[in-house]
Amino acid sequence: MGEAQKSMTGQPVYLMLANGRVFEGKSFGAPTDGLVGEVVFTTGMVGYLETLTDPSYAGQIVVQTFPLIGNYGMIPEDYESKGIYLSAYIVKEWCKAPSNYRCQGDLDSMLREKGIPGIYGIDTRELARTIREAGTMNGLISTHKPPYLEEELAPMRSYRVDHPVDRVSPQETVIYPAEGERRYKVVLWDYGAKANIHRELQKRGCEVIDVPAASTAEEILALQPDGVMLSNGPGDPEDNEGVIREIRKITDARMPVFGICLGHQLLALAKGAKTGKMKFGHRGGNQPVKNLETGRVYITSQNHGYEVLADTLPAGAEQSFINVNDGTCEGVRYTDTPAYTVQFHPEACGGPKDTEWLFGKFLELMDENRKGDAVCR
Amino acid sequence: MPLNQSLHKVLVIGSGPIVIGQAAEFDYAGTQACRALKEEGLEVVLVNSNPATIMTDTAIADHVYVEPLNLETLKRIILKERPDSILSTLGGQTGLTLSMELAKCGFLDEQGVKLLGASPETIDKAEDREIFKETMQAIGEPIIPSLVVKTVESAVNFAGTSGYPVIVRPAFTLGGTGGGIADNEDELREIAENGLRLSPIHQILVEKGIAGWKEIEFEVMRDSAGNVITVCSMENLDPVGIHTGDSIVIAPAVTLADKEYQMLRSAAINIIQSMGIEGGCNCQFALEPESDEYAVIEVNPRVSRSSALASKATGYPIARVAAKIAIGYRLDEIPNEITGETMACFEPALDYVVVKFPKWPFDKFVYGQRRLGTQMKATGEVMAIGRNFEQALMKAIRGAEISQYDLNRNSVQILSDAALRDKIRHQDDERIFAVYEALKRGWTIEDLHAETMIDEWFLAKLTHIAEIEDRLIHEGYNDETYAEAKQYGFPDTVISRLTGARNVRHVPASFRMVDTCAAEFTASTPYFYSTHGEQDEAAEFIQGHTSGKPVVMVFGSGPIRIGQGIEFDYASVHCVWALKKAGYEVVIVNNNPETVSTDFNVADRLYFEPLTPEDVMDVIRVEKPIGCVVAFGGGTAIKLTKTLVENNIPILGTQADSIDLAEDRGRFAELLESLNIKQAPGATVYTVEEALEAAGRIGYPVLMRPSYVLGGQNMIIAFDDDDIREYMYIILAGGIENPVLIDKYLMGLEIEVDAICDGTDILLPGIMEHIERAGVHSGDSIAVFPAWNLSEKMRQTILQESRKLALALKTKGLVNIQYVIYDDQLYVIEVNPRASRTIPYVSKVSGIPMVDLATRCMLGEKLSDMGYGTGLYRRPKYMCVKVPVFSFEKLTDVDVQLGPEMKSTGEVLGIGRTLDEALYKGLVAAGYRMDKTGGVFITVQDRDQAEIAPIAAKYAKIGFKLYATHGTANVLRAAGLTVENVHKIYENPSYNSMTLVENGHLQYIISTSKKGRQPQRDSVKIRRKAVEHSIPCLTSLDTANALAESLMSDYSLDNTELVELKDLL
Repeated sequence: MGEAQKSMTGQPVYLMLANGRVFEGKSFGAPTDGLVGEVVFTTGMVGYLETLTDPSYAGQIVVQTFPLIGNYGMIPEDYESKGIYLSAYIVKEWCKAPSNYRCQGDLDSMLREKGIPGIYGIDTRELARTIREAGTMNGLISTHKPPYLEEELAPMRSYRVDHPVDRVSPQETVIYPAEGERRYKVVLWDYGAKANIHRELQKRGCEVIDVPAASTAEEILALQPDGVMLSNGPGDPEDNEGVIREIRKITDARMPVFGICLGHQLLALAKGAKTGKMKFGHRGGNQPVKNLETGRVYITSQNHGYEVLADTLPAGAEQSFINVNDGTCEGVRYTDTPAYTVQFHPEACGGPKDTEWLFGKFLELMDENRKGDAVCR
Repeated sequence: MPLNQSLHKVLVIGSGPIVIGQAAEFDYAGTQACRALKEEGLEVVLVNSNPATIMTDTAIADHVYVEPLNLETLKRIILKERPDSILSTLGGQTGLTLSMELAKCGFLDEQGVKLLGASPETIDKAEDREIFKETMQAIGEPIIPSLVVKTVESAVNFAGTSGYPVIVRPAFTLGGTGGGIADNEDELREIAENGLRLSPIHQILVEKGIAGWKEIEFEVMRDSAGNVITVCSMENLDPVGIHTGDSIVIAPAVTLADKEYQMLRSAAINIIQSMGIEGGCNCQFALEPESDEYAVIEVNPRVSRSSALASKATGYPIARVAAKIAIGYRLDEIPNEITGETMACFEPALDYVVVKFPKWPFDKFVYGQRRLGTQMKATGEVMAIGRNFEQALMKAIRGAEISQYDLNRNSVQILSDAALRDKIRHQDDERIFAVYEALKRGWTIEDLHAETMIDEWFLAKLTHIAEIEDRLIHEGYNDETYAEAKQYGFPDTVISRLTGARNVRHVPASFRMVDTCAAEFTASTPYFYSTHGEQDEAAEFIQGHTSGKPVVMVFGSGPIRIGQGIEFDYASVHCVWALKKAGYEVVIVNNNPETVSTDFNVADRLYFEPLTPEDVMDVIRVEKPIGCVVAFGGGTAIKLTKTLVENNIPILGTQADSIDLAEDRGRFAELLESLNIKQAPGATVYTVEEALEAAGRIGYPVLMRPSYVLGGQNMIIAFDDDDIREYMYIILAGGIENPVLIDKYLMGLEIEVDAICDGTDILLPGIMEHIERAGVHSGDSIAVFPAWNLSEKMRQTILQESRKLALALKTKGLVNIQYVIYDDQLYVIEVNPRASRTIPYVSKVSGIPMVDLATRCMLGEKLSDMGYGTGLYRRPKYMCVKVPVFSFEKLTDVDVQLGPEMKSTGEVLGIGRTLDEALYKGLVAAGYRMDKTGGVFITVQDRDQAEIAPIAAKYAKIGFKLYATHGTANVLRAAGLTVENVHKIYENPSYNSMTLVENGHLQYIISTSKKGRQPQRDSVKIRRKAVEHSIPCLTSLDTANALAESLMSDYSLDNTELVELKDLL
């Protein structure tokens, strides 16, 4: 199998977008022909390891706009999950001779090992411009030049990142012990959580009980946690009807809740707000968000293609952060339940750590709740 | 918070003359800042002693003072102008230090002037080594073990515990002046003593050596609300141990994983927050390559050279945003000009890499020590943008104007393996080429990493370049090898040389846009760079933004170097503005990140590209200009003339043939003869024998120079056959293809004019006269405007001859002519039908917008229609004196004796009602302390002895004690002066000229010698010692005389007139 895979590296390969535009590149990583996925781009200049291992990219063909990828090789301790869930990986150039004292191998080998196809040598800037103009589209990766037969194109046309949470959420409950003395017990409702979420909580004295997405509110409440963390995750939030229903029960129980990314969207849906698909989303490590309460602006790490529509927020929910670039909703504070959520990634990895204080805020919320007067501020 | 309503009038302090470590980047920053303030309706008062800047244009600020930058003068200006605030962070170290002094002495409080940008506390936290250390410790940021000391003994004691090597950094000095690495006690003693003396507060930091760690920088912005962003990260290819200004730098950092990157980014944010900076800040870190241990090296609480680079690398206008923040705006209230949609509160995302390559002056200072260390030696830099590192590096190298189109450098290729290793260890300016050669010889990356500590990533990329080269050699020229080579930055000339293919079919470059956001948002930034094999965005942009106006292309002047400085950026920018005003769409090509011309909103479109034939032709292909302008970008632009002619691209203004006519010795001599204009006898030679023969025929002394050079590069006066042999050896070794010119050297009064010619008439804004007689390069002379020693008849002769020359050369635009008056006869030295170094100076002091008029002449307008008349312009009300400024303290082993080869890096201007007043102000601005008591040491060569006595008498009369070497002392005594004899170094080891310098008895040294340059000569040693002790060393009797005259005048810092530039008119 290894031989067969190697033989494709450097071979021409084509990416056709749903709008008919074709980009030529060369194959690396695992071989493929006929792969389809949703094509998205990320502008992060560092953090490709975290991008590759972020389960939120499940079902997507991810394009890096920074042209030199793989410079520091593969560093397993920096992975954000055990697997790679994205469908394919597109770069301008991958680094054959990576350099870093922690480096354990190169990008190509890792993609081959994990069975992920890659394309290099593509005009990634043009690809990003195309997606920016036309919006997120599906794409087809083929080893032969167009034109394509209808049966080759059909899977691309009908493709949808369908219920991806099922694929990336853990099957079993895992307990991560608190660092030092256990001060809180937190349930991490894992829709494809990045590892740094539980690390940030552990660091702050939380025992983290990582539970599958399919867990029920009863099961979670039975664990008697101090708070519930709604994780990030892939796909259309509306796919998760069951989870949304269960989340409502959690907030009805006035359990302190902190939600990130998909978790933010799910809670909003649970409370009656609506979400929508963005033209091409926010992916990268340079998105400015403004805290509407303090006026402070933070640079954040983001990865989302759906947004909570601010004007659909119900009573009892207030927008707390907005995106400085496009004014979209970046955070919600609930006044009728001790909960707050953000669209961006305070756990960083990759990207700036400017908002990691939000985890501290979660601890405060749990403290207040113990005293019985928790109101989200 | 929006604009602070209590602000109405802001004082901006510029950075003064260009010196190594403080160059054009502050003109760019200051100009951007002044404009940002003015557009808010604030009244701007600007002070800068440097007339060669755009910021000192009367259009940039409301009140412009070209006055000395010192405390007394600034106080007087504040009292006169009554600003309510002062912006401290955009005038480099000079501006910052002066602002701090004004605040600390209580003056600002007394006058109710608010300090904007950085408070004195902030400045202390960053600049005072001890407070810096405390601040970092308080916020948990690691620093390198170090100790602030005030004595050499304490330094030695510290090193005893920390171990060697140790690094010495003097407090409050520029570009690490006076610092160094000491490997043992002897070295430490020497460096520490020097550093203590150079530090204005006599304080140095001794720190543990961490040479070899990665050097990473972050540019950070913070507003008053505490919002912080990092604009850009940068990684030095050369690890800690080589000053970042002398390092090859890549942006963004490439060898850091997200964990390390975010660790340092968070540290940078932590630092700027704790210091409370409101504006831009530069944080330098050292990162241990094999762990996550790091240390903060330095924090600059102001706009810096690195921020200019970061600005151009990302498109983020750091100086503009810093100025807006200083007057109250928050980052999220300042629009991002690039996208027009988003705000300045974001972090640029790059989809390219940027490489900066330094420009060193060692081609001029052949005896200068080339070794690089903690003291910056580069005078300028180039930047290149590419889609990969190899491409950007190759572009940077060919744009640096070091006669390199690739990494193969002859001077390292000829070395034996052992010598090559020595060269690599020696870490001089050629190290990158030596490392490349070593890789080609099969040395391993591991070996070279161990030897240089350059990260393996960079070494692997260099290896990749070598592999492509190898493939070109072995596989030859075909579509595939060509495409690969182009993708990684190989120019056609190199591909052709390596493959042996004569007819390489050029595939045009494609241009990409710099948009700050990696294509995430629609941007219409007219800022492009080239790559190969991708979509072309420039063509698309031009189509989408067509104004229907004809396109004109202006070539900039490349990196700042001695002889071609900021003046040419001034001229280029003014040409762009004039063309825009005249209704053209203007495109500029340049590769210097420190300049105003490379701001993307100066021209209609900016191409950040090397100024080489291939790169420029690629831009021409996409822009299709109706013509190109080569006259304002110095030698860099002029060199492109040949390419333009070959490709039938029209040149606007003076034509190529005229440029050749002025340069070609034979043709020029014929022209002069036909015009009946005198020229010193001369010859053109190629070999040592020819040179000796010519000199013998013409008679010594003779002036020698290569043809086709600017700034008197490699120019000397030869007094005998030995001089000629030494000179020819150096020139021929440098592989200069053009002939060498030899002229009879006429030691007369040097006159210089810049004229504007429309093809039928000329306008002469005035005549400059040099204080120093011919023989000192015009760029190093003190130049007086208007000339004060000329008869009316001579003035008319100069006008007539200038007109004849300008018309004969069919000049359309500017022409610079240098004359010498010898025995009351006017001789032409040289004519350059293009913008000269003195254009900004003459424009400012005459009030004639010379570049503007010249550009209009170029376009066909007539001077008679422009409102300034023709002929010799009226005399100004004031006298103006341009005084050169040198950077000798940064350049070990360079002789300070002035001669025909230019050595100054910058200039200042003194303006006064009388010559004495102007000269006094000019000298003060240039850094002379103007001491009137103490000692003067005089040692002059034989031929100067006839003239020295009256000058010495002036110093004696002022009250100085005279010291002189034997021969000179006899002459002075014979003239009735009291003088103390001083032994030469070899005559008495304990009491000689050297110990006299060291013992602090001297205020001035007058030293001329027949021979110079070679560092081992006594005369050079004394002069170097004077530089180390900051004692002005006058190497021309004319300068010494002028200084004496000025000292004898009654002018002081309190009684000179403060002249606002617009009052000159």
